Amino acid sequence: MNTKQPFEKIVAAHGTTVLRVCRAVLGVHDADDAWSETFLSALKAYPELPPDANVEAWLVTIAHRKAIDVTRQRGRQPVAVGELPERVSVGSSALTGGAGDDSTDPHDRVALWQAVGALPDKQRQAVAYHYLGGLPFAEVAELLGGSVEAARRASSDGVKALRRVYSHEQSGGHPSSRTKGQKP
Amino acid sequence: MNDPAAENLDLLAPSTDELAELEASITELHLLLERRAQDAHMLDLAYTTVDSPVGSLLLAASDRGLVRVAYAVEDHDAVLETLSQRISARILRAPRRLDTVAAELEQYFAGTRRAFDVPLDPSLSSGFRRLVQQHLPDIAYGSTETYKEVAALVGNPQAVRAVGSACATNPLPVVVPCHRVLRSDGSLGGYIGGLAAKAALLELESAGAGVSPAARPGV
Repeated sequence: MNTKQPFEKIVAAHGTTVLRVCRAVLGVHDADDAWSETFLSALKAYPELPPDANVEAWLVTIAHRKAIDVTRQRGRQPVAVGELPERVSVGSSALTGGAGDDSTDPHDRVALWQAVGALPDKQRQAVAYHYLGGLPFAEVAELLGGSVEAARRASSDGVKALRRVYSHEQSGGHPSSRTKGQKP
Repeated sequence: MNDPAAENLDLLAPSTDELAELEASITELHLLLERRAQDAHMLDLAYTTVDSPVGSLLLAASDRGLVRVAYAVEDHDAVLETLSQRISARILRAPRRLDTVAAELEQYFAGTRRAFDVPLDPSLSSGFRRLVQQHLPDIAYGSTETYKEVAALVGNPQAVRAVGSACATNPLPVVVPCHRVLRSDGSLGGYIGGLAAKAALLELESAGAGVSPAARPGV
């Protein structure tokens, strides 16, 4: 198909992915700004995007640039923290799997996002762009600088670290996991 | 080579709860995007859908005015794709630009409005079709003309069939009242929203035509 979709379809199809990438790279609080800047910038450039372009990769690349801008404006290094979004932490069980609900989700999302936030920058970005954003390692390497092999390694080291958190969580052996799901 | 992205989907795939939260966040961010795109003059087309007695209507407007009204039978997704190709792909669901026309349509379907007072963008029509469509609002609420009469009125009495196709391709049905044009034998002819919709609009107007809006309760 060579026709260009209405931009609304692009937001609907990729908005969630881009928000998760922004959250992983910047943390929940700065992610909204980066998401807004990404889609505003994408809307502006959209008419010039070739019809056969990989739209998601294009968006993730823009998100990377906007994340750098947001970080510069904040005057600090990228620090992703595993905080919950404010709109979630008040009276909602989203992300946590719920306090005593019958959610079938076995994962502790808070622990996962905390673990993502605790990764070294390169690993966190590589994981975000490759595993959340679907960018091939060659394009991840272009964004982060360094070789394709280095991007692949950073990404796989990052995932290994996340898996370690998970295996702790699943066996209930990690102290922080005990705070989840408790009613105040 | 195996696909490492697929291999890790289990670990990083969003949970049901996270998806619900993401959706709520995107809804807020979308509102902000609508406002910022409008302020930056990058929102070439805004659209929304409204419910009506003749089904869901898609409304789309450029910054010049209302450019398209589409019935559900036209397939709203297909209509949006056509708009994307013919006018601009910078399209967002942004109801605010359509607030006035949505309110006027509601009044029209309630029988309290007889004419529309919103700017129209004729971009989707040209030539003879545009000429015919520009004449249509002159046909008074509650009355009808034949394809033949319209052809004569726009100065081309031979062009009865062309008038028919001008009505059939009216990009602004309801607002530009192509439903007020009938065959010479009094039968309905065709209609972009289906004959049932055309009949419903004519019936609505014949019920309200004898009463001046000022005399109606609540006006």
